[in-house]
Amino acid sequence: MTIPLSYYLVLSGIVFLTGVVGVLLRRNIIIILLSIELMLNATNINFVAFSQYFHDIAGQVFVFFALTVAAAEVAVGLAIIIALYRAKSTINIDELQLLKW
Amino acid sequence: MEQVFFFYFAIVIAVTAVLVVAVRNPIYSALSLLIMFFHVAGLYVMLHAEFLAAVQIIVYAGAILVLYLFVVMLLNLRQDDRYHRQWPMVAAVGVTLVIEAIVLTAMKGWTSPVVAAGTETTVGGVGNAEAIGDVLYTTYLFPFEVASLILLVAMIGAILVAKKHIGGDAPQL
Repeated sequence: MTIPLSYYLVLSGIVFLTGVVGVLLRRNIIIILLSIELMLNATNINFVAFSQYFHDIAGQVFVFFALTVAAAEVAVGLAIIIALYRAKSTINIDELQLLKW
Repeated sequence: MEQVFFFYFAIVIAVTAVLVVAVRNPIYSALSLLIMFFHVAGLYVMLHAEFLAAVQIIVYAGAILVLYLFVVMLLNLRQDDRYHRQWPMVAAVGVTLVIEAIVLTAMKGWTSPVVAAGTETTVGGVGNAEAIGDVLYTTYLFPFEVASLILLVAMIGAILVAKKHIGGDAPQL
């Protein structure tokens, strides 16, 4: 294998960091969910890289479970966004303060 | 040759990941995320995870992203979305994580860890999909069933949350 494992880890770290910054920085809920997808993909890259490196296929199986969780998260999250938009007519998180005290 | 492909995929993934966060229009965000998914699939092929590459394209690019685009177009967003006011906190968290990554890399160096002997079915030999199925339906059978339960719960939850009234009033959208 000519590509060292560290390269994959650095790439995954960059993508994960971008996701964290996106969650904290943006005000649009849909962009926040997209940033969460970025973070999940970063962990998936990590899993597959380690799976290849250690010659252990369990890492790829766990990518499957991460994929399942991502699909469930997207379905429920988008349903919540639609319900929020019906109730408040906005998806800007600065204007959604129902749970703030 | 392999390095050329890796750096192409890595650069495109990094740039599109930044674009997802930086672009103002949510549709452009979702489309750059689509490009990122395709290149991550290419990275999986490089890592000899061909089955996962196919699943990445089918599930992520085909199902999840279409759902995002559907909701973005359904809500018909205006483009008045700017960045959050709490960007000093964002900068603090980001800089901290970057410093941590740099320190960890400097401590451990760029050497790779020792290869352990594979305890499960090893990658290669038999086909990739066959190996995954072999492990998934024996060792990870119970998590597999739990995952199906999670999907069922998510499906019911999404229907219940997005539905206006169970009785069936006129939709307001």
